[in-house]
Amino acid sequence: MLQTFNRSFRTAAWLGWQVESNWTDPLLFFAFSVLKPVSSVLILVFMYHAVAGAGSDAPIYAYIFLGNAFYIYVGAVMAGTSYAILDDRERYRTLKYLYIAPIAMPMYLLGRAVARFVVGTLAVVITLLVGIFFLNVPVNLLTVDWPLFGLTLALGIICLSFMGLALGAWTLTIRNEPWFLGDAVAASLYLFSGAIFPITLLPGWLQPLAYGLPVTYWLELLRRATLGPNAAAFPTFAAWSNGQLLAALTGLTLAFGLLAALAFRFFDRLARERGLIDAQSNF
Amino acid sequence: MAHEALAIQTENLGRVYTIKAIKKGEAKQRVALNDVNLEVGRGEFFGLLGPNGAGKTTLIKILTTLLAPTHGRATVAGYDVARQAAQVRPLINMVSGGESSGYGLLTVRENLWMFGQFYGLDSKSTYRRVDALLEIVGLSDRAHTKTSDLSTGLRQKMNIVRGFLTDPQIIFLDEPTLGLDVGASREVRSFVRNWVDERPDRTLLLTTHYMAEAEELCQRVAIINAGKVLACDSPANLKRRLQREAIFRLDVSPLRNGALSTFETLPGVRKFVHTPQDGKSELDLILAEDGAIASVVTTLTSHGAQILNLQKREPTLEDVFVDLVGLSMEQAAAS
Ligand SMILES: Nc1ncnc2c1ncn2[C@@H]1O[C@H](COP(=O)(O)OP(=O)(O)O)[C@@H](O)[C@H]1O
Ligand SMILES: [Mg+2]
Repeated sequence: MLQTFNRSFRTAAWLGWQVESNWTDPLLFFAFSVLKPVSSVLILVFMYHAVAGAGSDAPIYAYIFLGNAFYIYVGAVMAGTSYAILDDRERYRTLKYLYIAPIAMPMYLLGRAVARFVVGTLAVVITLLVGIFFLNVPVNLLTVDWPLFGLTLALGIICLSFMGLALGAWTLTIRNEPWFLGDAVAASLYLFSGAIFPITLLPGWLQPLAYGLPVTYWLELLRRATLGPNAAAFPTFAAWSNGQLLAALTGLTLAFGLLAALAFRFFDRLARERGLIDAQSNF
Repeated sequence: MAHEALAIQTENLGRVYTIKAIKKGEAKQRVALNDVNLEVGRGEFFGLLGPNGAGKTTLIKILTTLLAPTHGRATVAGYDVARQAAQVRPLINMVSGGESSGYGLLTVRENLWMFGQFYGLDSKSTYRRVDALLEIVGLSDRAHTKTSDLSTGLRQKMNIVRGFLTDPQIIFLDEPTLGLDVGASREVRSFVRNWVDERPDRTLLLTTHYMAEAEELCQRVAIINAGKVLACDSPANLKRRLQREAIFRLDVSPLRNGALSTFETLPGVRKFVHTPQDGKSELDLILAEDGAIASVVTTLTSHGAQILNLQKREPTLEDVFVDLVGLSMEQAAAS
C-alpha cells in the first residue's frame, strides 16, 4: 500500500514536471505560469491606489496584497489535479492505461500537481518580494512568525490538494471539456474567502459560506504570521486567537480530506458505470 | 484464487449503455454485450472475432476494470473485475490498436520507463526490458526520439511495447494491428506469437475483425456479433462445422436484386453473400452439397447473368461467420 502510494506519487511528480512545465519553451512557460499571476496581483495594487485613493499604509492595503498573493496557490494547486485527468484522457490518451495500472489514482493526481505547486510557489515568492521591496507592503522578514507561517502554509496546501482531488474526481465524470473547472471553482471562492475584503463585508446570508471555507482561515493566519499584530486591525476574526484559527483550519482540512476520499470513491464508481474513463469529448 | 486454472471467466455478462438524448427524458439504451459466457484457460491464446460494433472493446474494457458490467459477472485470474479491481490490475495489461497514446514531450524510452515505474519495476530491469523489446519491434533507433515526432504506426508499436513491458499474466490486445500497414501488422503478429511461445503460462485475449489474424494466432476463437457470442472453438473445429457443406466463389456480371432474391428460395443454398464490385458481382455461397451449384448456375443464366469465374474453396472463419449470422462481417458492421 505505502509502496504503491510512493511509486504513484513519485513517478507522477516526475511526469508532471516533464509535461506540465513545458521546458521546450521556457520563456513562454515562465511568462504564462509566473508573470501572469504576478501581474494580476500588481494590477490589483494599481487599481487599489486609483480607486480607493488610500495610501499603502492603510491596513486594508496589506490585507488585499497578501490575500491575493497567497490566493495564487488556490488556482495552482486545486486546478492541477483536474488538469491531469483531462490532459491524460483527452490529449495524451493515457488515462485508461494509467487507470488499469496498479497505482493509487489519488496519489498519482497529487503527484501530477506537484509541478504546478512548485511553479505557483515561484509566482507567490516573486509577488511577495516585489510587494515588500517595491510596493511598500509592510512585511518585515525579520519579524515574520516563521513557525506559524510554515505550519499554516503546509496545512493549507494539504487542504487545497484535498479540494483539488475532489474536483479531479468530479472531472472523471464530466464529458465535455471541463477545462475551466479548477479555475472556475478557484474564481468563485475568491470573493468568499476574504482574499480581497474582510468577510464581514459580505451580506449576512453569505457569511456562513465564508466561514465554511478553509481558505478563509488560511489567509487570515498567513496574514497574521507575516504582518504580526498589524493584521488584527480587522473585525473579521478579531476575537479569534491563532490557536482557534489553526484548529478551524485543521478541522476543515480533515473534513475536506474525508470529502475527497468519499468524492473519489463515488465519482470513480460513477465513471466506471458510465464508461467515462476513456471517453473523449464530443467537440 | 477461486479458479486457478481459469484466466478469464464470464457468467451471463452483459453491458447496456445509456445514451443521453438531446431532448430531455428520452434516454436511449444500447445493448453492447448480451449474456456472454466464456472461459479462457491459463496459458491460452484466445481470440474474439467479430465485426465493428460487435462488443469486443466493451468486453475488454470490462475485463480490464475500465468499465462496470450491467449484468452478470466476470473474473480475471479468479478475481471479480468489478469488486476486486485492485487485485486484478497488477496481473494484467492492455493494448488498444488504432490510436496513438503517450506523452509527446517524453522520449520513447522515457514513456516506457515511466510505465515500468507505475508497475513497481526497478529502473535497471525496466531499461533492460525496454531496450530488448524496442529491438524486437524495430524501434531501437527511435528510443531517444520524442514521442510527438513518431508516426502513428511507430507510436502504436511503442504502445505494444508498453503492454508487454510489464510481463503481464494476462494481456488484452484490442485490435492491435488496426490501422497498421501490411508489413507492420505482420511484424506485430510475429512479435506476439514469439512472446507467447516463450511464455507458455501467459494468457492472451486478442480481439480482431480480421479473420486471418484470428486464424493465424489463436488457439480458440469466439465469434461475436451484436453483443452475443455465437460460437466458440478452435479455428479448425469451427471450420469443421462446414465440412459437409460446399463453398463456392462466383464472379458474375453485375446482378440485379431480382436475381438475388430467387437465391433465398433455391434448394440447397444455405447462405450467400453478394458483394458488388466494379463491373462485376462477387457471390460467396454456402451450399448444402456440391450438386446444388447446378441450380445456382441455371438461375443465374436464366436472369441473363454471365459467369466470369467459378471456384470451389475451403471454408474460412469468415464463412463460419456468414453461416452463423447470414451476413458477411462487413455487412454486419454496417448494419
Ligand atoms: N460509450 C458508449 N456509449 C454508447 N454506446 C456505446 C459506447 N461504447 C460502445 N457503444 C456501442 O456498443 C456497441 C459495441 O461497441 P464496441 O464494444 O466498441 O464494439 P467493437 O469493439 O466490437 O467494435 C456498439 O453498438 C457501440 O456503438
Ligand atoms: Mg473495438
